[in-house]
Amino acid sequence: MLTTKLAKFCLSIAAVLTIPAFSNAQQMESHIGNLNGHSDAGKQLYFRYCWGCHGFRGDGDGENGPYLNILPRNFVAATFKCRSTPTGNLPTDEDLYNSLVRGLNNSNMPSWIALSSQQRADLVAFIKTFSPRWKNEKASDTIAVPAETPVTVESIKHGQELFQKLECWKCHGQEGRGDGPSAATLTDSNDQPIRPYNFTAGSRFKCGATNQDLYKIFMTGLDGTPMPSFADVIKPNDAWDLVHFLRTLQVAHNSPELTLWKSTKEGAEQVASKTVHGTPTGSGIK
Amino acid sequence: MAMKQGFIAGLAALVASAVMYAGPSGGTISGKVTYEGTPAKQKPIDMSKEASCAKQHATPLTTETVVTGPNNALENVVVYISAGAPDDPAPPSQPAKFDQKGCQYIPHVLALQVNQTLEIANDDQTSHNIHPLPKTNREWNKSQPPGTPPFSEKYDKPEFIPVKCNIHPWMHGNFAVLKNSHYAVTQGEGGFTLPNLPPGKYTISAWHESYGDQSQEVTISGSETKTVNFVFKAKPY
Repeated sequence: MLTTKLAKFCLSIAAVLTIPAFSNAQQMESHIGNLNGHSDAGKQLYFRYCWGCHGFRGDGDGENGPYLNILPRNFVAATFKCRSTPTGNLPTDEDLYNSLVRGLNNSNMPSWIALSSQQRADLVAFIKTFSPRWKNEKASDTIAVPAETPVTVESIKHGQELFQKLECWKCHGQEGRGDGPSAATLTDSNDQPIRPYNFTAGSRFKCGATNQDLYKIFMTGLDGTPMPSFADVIKPNDAWDLVHFLRTLQVAHNSPELTLWKSTKEGAEQVASKTVHGTPTGSGIK
Repeated sequence: MAMKQGFIAGLAALVASAVMYAGPSGGTISGKVTYEGTPAKQKPIDMSKEASCAKQHATPLTTETVVTGPNNALENVVVYISAGAPDDPAPPSQPAKFDQKGCQYIPHVLALQVNQTLEIANDDQTSHNIHPLPKTNREWNKSQPPGTPPFSEKYDKPEFIPVKCNIHPWMHGNFAVLKNSHYAVTQGEGGFTLPNLPPGKYTISAWHESYGDQSQEVTISGSETKTVNFVFKAKPY
């Protein structure tokens, strides 16, 4: 009699102890090349390095959040800017990993290059525990980036036509200064004002510095911002032409595209009109 | 676990289909949506930055946050069965169409069902980007230059989703993604009719983008027609 009571009591204790442990055990893994990340290890890192901005619940509501210009990512909503997947889809593990390596330019997200690659992989795994979308949604196909076409003057000129036709200038401005007619009204999905990228200013792109990254930026769109996806409306060859033209807008970067463009009369005039002489403080102005 | 969920889902589908086969005839809920008080005055939209759209409107278009009809009728209210009716096992096969014409969304409020095809078209001579801002569904943002064919999307969870175009900041619209086919969006006179309701107890809800939502309980027996009216308090700002 007593033993059955005791047994029942032990069972109920066991039940109480195991249930919360069970419901908390939201395990996730990440796979980046040879790296396998584990959320348990990532959790320790998250609550050391990340939660100050991204918050205890991963909803971007950390202590520092209100002081930041672009609000920290909300991992519960799981809407990410830098992806290789079509708009509306979750990024790949590698996309998240690369964002950690790179940091996000023009925001408060630094590069986490100081962590080991294993630690970054673990963090990616832990970030995926915040939203059920990682469990419920099938991994989507990535946007294919075909081999780059040769950089030619014709390609740049065609890219310039596309810049007009697709109305990139409505936000980014005719000269790529980020001052188009709609620029002042733009807000991101957190209702915060957001500036379109200024090509002439000299900062890097948010989602990577290579031509392939640039290709992906306008094909995938930057979810959570006004930058839409053009995947359904630009053919791959046209997309490369647009990439080549966009490079010539970055007058502060010496790219092969810019060098070629400057060698033409038309290009040289355009670049000269855009190049900034001197500094904001006035030194070096001729 | 997955098997159990599958079993429950299957059971739910069976029950749902059994209820559906009660027959197309049934009770009807009809009524009118009105407002009391003074609604905010709608402001004219300055489309001078987009000449191709501005010339389509002889008189400037106004904002559409509150659209009213005669006798205090309130337009663009989604009236739907929020509880009591089973979720539709399959969405209707015809797409819900959303058009961009004259830098305006037509309709301003589009009601559709979960997983129903949403077809978005651009009839303008300018690029639009369609940027719905859901909280529980997936957020996407697509560019649609002039002359490109309509594209299709879907939402898999019920939600009221504001829609905007970042290029033309005055463009605002709404998607109402609903769980079943018993819904109506009020037009000019503010009236609505929800037919073919099997006998039962229902919660009928009305949603307006500026005035929020309200609900009432209705019990339908046989093929009777019940009248339910909604009155929203208008805000002058």
